[in-house]
Amino acid sequence: MAAEVGQFALILAFVLAIVQAAAPLWGAARGEPVLMALGRAAATLQAGFVILAFGCLAASYVACDFSVALVAQHSNTQQPLAYRFAATWGSHEGSMLLWVLILAIYGGAVARFGGTLRETLQARVLGVQGLIGVAFLGFLIFTSNPFLRLSPVPLEGTELNPLLQDPGLVSHPPLLYLGYVGFSVAFAFAVAALIEGRVDAAWARWVRPWVLAAWVPLTAGITLGSLWAYYELGWGGWWFWDPVENASLMPWLLGTALLHSSLVLERRGALVSWTILLAILTFSLSLVGTFLVRSGILTSVHSFAVDPQRGIYILGIIAVTTGAALGLYAWRAPSLRTGALFSPLSREGGITLNNLFLVTLTATVFLGTFSPVFIEILKGDKISVGPPYYARTFAPLAVPLLVLVVFGPMLNWKRDAAAAVFRRVRIPAAIAGGVLLTGLVTVGWRNSVAAAGLGLAGWLVAGALAIPGRRWWAGRAELRRSIRTTPTAVFGLALAHAGLGLLTLGIVGVSAWHSDKVLTMHPGESTAFAGRTLTLQSIVLADGPNYQARQAHFDITGRGGPYSLVAERRAYASSQTTEAAIHVSPLGNLYVSGGDEADGGIVVRLWDHPLIVWIWIGGFTMALGGLVSLCDRRLRLGVAARAPAPRLAPAPAAQAPAE
Amino acid sequence: MRRLLALLPVAAFVIVLVGFMVGLRRDPSILPSMLIGKPLPAFTLAPLRANEAGLASVDLAGQPVLLNVFASWCGPCKEEHPTLLRLKAEGVPIVGLDWKEDAADGARWLDANGDPYLRAGNDRTGRAGIDLGVSGVPETFVVDRRGRVRYRQVGAITPQIWAETIEPLMARLKAES
Amino acid sequence: MRRFLLIAATALALSGSARAVTPDEQLPDPKLEARARALSQELRCLVCQNQSIDDSAAPLAHDLRVILRERIAAGDTDKQAVDYLVRRYGDFVLLRPPFQADTWALWLGPVAVLLLGGAGVALYMRGRSRTAESPLTAADEAAAAQLMMRDEGD
Repeated sequence: MAAEVGQFALILAFVLAIVQAAAPLWGAARGEPVLMALGRAAATLQAGFVILAFGCLAASYVACDFSVALVAQHSNTQQPLAYRFAATWGSHEGSMLLWVLILAIYGGAVARFGGTLRETLQARVLGVQGLIGVAFLGFLIFTSNPFLRLSPVPLEGTELNPLLQDPGLVSHPPLLYLGYVGFSVAFAFAVAALIEGRVDAAWARWVRPWVLAAWVPLTAGITLGSLWAYYELGWGGWWFWDPVENASLMPWLLGTALLHSSLVLERRGALVSWTILLAILTFSLSLVGTFLVRSGILTSVHSFAVDPQRGIYILGIIAVTTGAALGLYAWRAPSLRTGALFSPLSREGGITLNNLFLVTLTATVFLGTFSPVFIEILKGDKISVGPPYYARTFAPLAVPLLVLVVFGPMLNWKRDAAAAVFRRVRIPAAIAGGVLLTGLVTVGWRNSVAAAGLGLAGWLVAGALAIPGRRWWAGRAELRRSIRTTPTAVFGLALAHAGLGLLTLGIVGVSAWHSDKVLTMHPGESTAFAGRTLTLQSIVLADGPNYQARQAHFDITGRGGPYSLVAERRAYASSQTTEAAIHVSPLGNLYVSGGDEADGGIVVRLWDHPLIVWIWIGGFTMALGGLVSLCDRRLRLGVAARAPAPRLAPAPAAQAPAE
Repeated sequence: MRRLLALLPVAAFVIVLVGFMVGLRRDPSILPSMLIGKPLPAFTLAPLRANEAGLASVDLAGQPVLLNVFASWCGPCKEEHPTLLRLKAEGVPIVGLDWKEDAADGARWLDANGDPYLRAGNDRTGRAGIDLGVSGVPETFVVDRRGRVRYRQVGAITPQIWAETIEPLMARLKAES
Repeated sequence: MRRFLLIAATALALSGSARAVTPDEQLPDPKLEARARALSQELRCLVCQNQSIDDSAAPLAHDLRVILRERIAAGDTDKQAVDYLVRRYGDFVLLRPPFQADTWALWLGPVAVLLLGGAGVALYMRGRSRTAESPLTAADEAAAAQLMMRDEGD
């Protein structure tokens, strides 16, 4: 029953999406308030029906209704409840339904909270969102129907890939999709602005929270994905430059550029057509990512259910949405106003440079990901692009950006003086220099690159702390008051930039000093590794809910010890997984994985990952920073349009131009 | 100038889009062979059964021949096997390279499923296969009378692939002096 | 079918059941072993397609690791050892594509984007800052602020 209701709800949602696409666009063109209101109602109703459809599929999973083909293929009664629920998006069809669900919820939110927007702008945004909804609901219904019935009904389902039976599956895809799909709002705003032919600060004030609302979950989702791969895949890598990972990194990089450029547009009315272009391209890269994952145009270690037929459909969607948006851009952008003037040495100039580097990094990832396709088409040669390529291109291009990050928030809007700027960064510079020197003394000249990396991390963290710090120092006479009056967004900015510093710290640490060891161990044997002594105490068999486990118990003494670890090898009905044992500490992780049996013992792989945990702490801190910014009263949806325009030069800002 | 600049994104997009469209038609998992037009690398392999002759690269000279890489552990090989048996009946010379397994396993498999090969060699270590650039089984090389590799088939030979690609090539190679 | 096989192999490799370098593969000389490890991280596993042979559990990756170590133990330079595999499997095995006619766009692309973009930014800035550089009077500033507010207000 639930499946039929779900199917029906999807079809209704499809029809409503058509109404949402047509009515407000028509209404805005004709100035018909009734049609525009119809668009809002359709968006709200569409969200309701997609939620209903999603609920029906989830209910079928939870209830183990194996008459639904998708449920029978991706879950069984042995699976714990949380993973039966998460299996809802563990398949191609289910994850596309999640995509559509999030799109519909964002659409509903624009309808609900967009009341203070200029009515025609809101109508056009909803219309564009409706068009995307039509495309993806059509894709779902016509090529990937999640509600197909199965006859005869099997008694038991096929279990979900054991690698996916993990807390990571519960949260990683929804976060990632909140990010990908969230950029559709910025896209819709951009297209709506191009249709209207006007972009103003009110437009930017509206777009920024939506961009943040997408950027925050995307950042958290990518970080979580990296963490999941680290502990689940069993070889302790945290980023593989795999096409599927790159598919999420590209919209993140460009989305970060958009986040910054929309700030300039909001505060100073400059970078108008550039911001519009970024909004279009960011969402387009999200679509390209979906295409890459679903079409099988590139092989990836993540074996998704791929199907070139679906690839063609998604390519069609990209051709129409991005093609139309860029066509509109080519037509309308030249006539958009060019905005305020600024000197190269200014906050605006700094953000322009930030955008230049972020775009270059995006292009690098794009080239690395897709050039095998293009080179094969053009020359017939098959080549591979792997981590060594990115280490030689992406990394050196990212370093100057990281150096510049600290300068950005220290710059005044409009124009600044070089001497003053350098005076403002002298404390972070001193701290970075101190870290560099300490590093050189501790690790020696041979590791000078790593020491420089630590200095860079120190520079970023100190620079981030200096943002509120300078403000409070300037207002130290009334410290409590100046802390209380610090805008929330300042804390958000400081957190996000500090997170980038922590991320740098982790990357430098693990890249420079990781080590590993492979050996065969028998129970009772010990081995020395990275300042520790490991003893394999025993090998025990144990039963899990839907698997059998072979547990290797280790005792560790020495650095950070003593403690015990249990590395598991799990045999599920369909396959085996390795559950590594990880001892986590701020200075470094010990990663132990137990492999095959060999002459009475087991093959043991050991990794020492110095500072790696800061990679994820950094990532989550960045996301938290975005979240804090989003909570700033001045950015809050609905309040934004009514709030007075921010002053160009806040009263005490000559000394402390934060935000 | 501004107008031209604004056209740039849409132009780049069209190029990428066409690339994706063409790219979808190719199979990213099939690799080209490095050996096309080059002489077969030298190898001498032991036989599958004790009383037979093995297989050496020099055995392949003299007439166009199919060199088929197979293994008993390979699923698609079983799919391909009836086609090979039919080709043998039609008089097509095929030699076999039994890849990465014990000779006894290969021999048992041929006993059970029929032996389409003029002669076959066992490559237990897989080195001869690696010299040929084999990355999986089955793979089939078309070798001309001078012992040069002319074509490589990745995956099973289906009757269609035989009729459309390999048979015409074999006919052409026969006509070559 | 072959496609299926590859996907199955990928899933196998992913499950990490018998991952990567095994103890018996390693060279006794730690210096040579370190060289072999470094090289094998730059070589692609052909069957699993997107892992290095150092990371992969596939049997073919094991064979290639062993061959690589044999070449190194026999006195090959890094380049000779890698070329040995390139002769058999082509440039495809290299995770770091060689710099040659068909890859110059790949290698120089990032720098080209940075330079072209930088030139664009420089031109744009020159246009932007024509008047901003000349110091504004307080009155100008107030007028500008007024304009901005009006702009933002609508």
